[in-house]
Amino acid sequence: MLDDIEAIAEQVFAALADPTRRAILAALASGGPATATDLAVDLPITRQAIAKHLALLTEAGLVTAEPGERRRVRYQLRSAPMRVAQQFLAALARDWDSALGALTDHLDRGA
Amino acid sequence: MAFPDRIERTVEVAHPPEKVWAALTTAEGLSAWFGNEATIDLRPGGGALMRWNEEGFTAQMRVERVEEPTVFGFTWGIYGLPADDPRRTYVEFTLEPAGAGTRLTVVETGFAQLPEDIHRKAYDGNSEGWAKELGELAAYLDAG
Repeated sequence: MLDDIEAIAEQVFAALADPTRRAILAALASGGPATATDLAVDLPITRQAIAKHLALLTEAGLVTAEPGERRRVRYQLRSAPMRVAQQFLAALARDWDSALGALTDHLDRGA
Repeated sequence: MAFPDRIERTVEVAHPPEKVWAALTTAEGLSAWFGNEATIDLRPGGGALMRWNEEGFTAQMRVERVEEPTVFGFTWGIYGLPADDPRRTYVEFTLEPAGAGTRLTVVETGFAQLPEDIHRKAYDGNSEGWAKELGELAAYLDAG
């Protein structure tokens, strides 16, 4: 089980390590499903480059491809892997060291 | 396995367990060191709320274990996940007398819970969740 989520988290962080893929994911998150052509209008890279990144993101399970009108493929964000990555970040951000330090200070002050 | 499922810390404090217990399990105690505001219904199944004003964040907890003055356990949501996400971590404080003071251990587990929809075979159906819900909302509004 841990191997599964480790693999999923790794794919999310690898995807997010690239600024173009971050931009693509951000565009899908804010604007909803879009085609590679749609994305090329808003992002400063070619449609071909976007298509390449979308193929990688699809392979990683971060977006899904669905056939749209006139056989144009639309890409949609998949949130499940992002949530797995969030769990990883939440574990890193849980600051028990500061909390226990504050507890110790509180007890000492009240003594 | 780099994914941290469990966090454990132990501190020794120069105060008896009864005093540490009060700091962990009363609204007055919790709001003094943990959050800025707190409420707590101290019984298994009871609810507790903790609010951090600076972050504008509220945590909803559910009390699970109350064994005064040695074990206090609760569950709460995982930061960053939606409030209605069923995954929660379990936090357990254990208090042991140590000389005139207390050895306090906190263990938080459950960060690596698998969401139900994680497996590839379930991929396709779940990606349509929002579209489906928005469709249902539209249908509801249309019907009104």
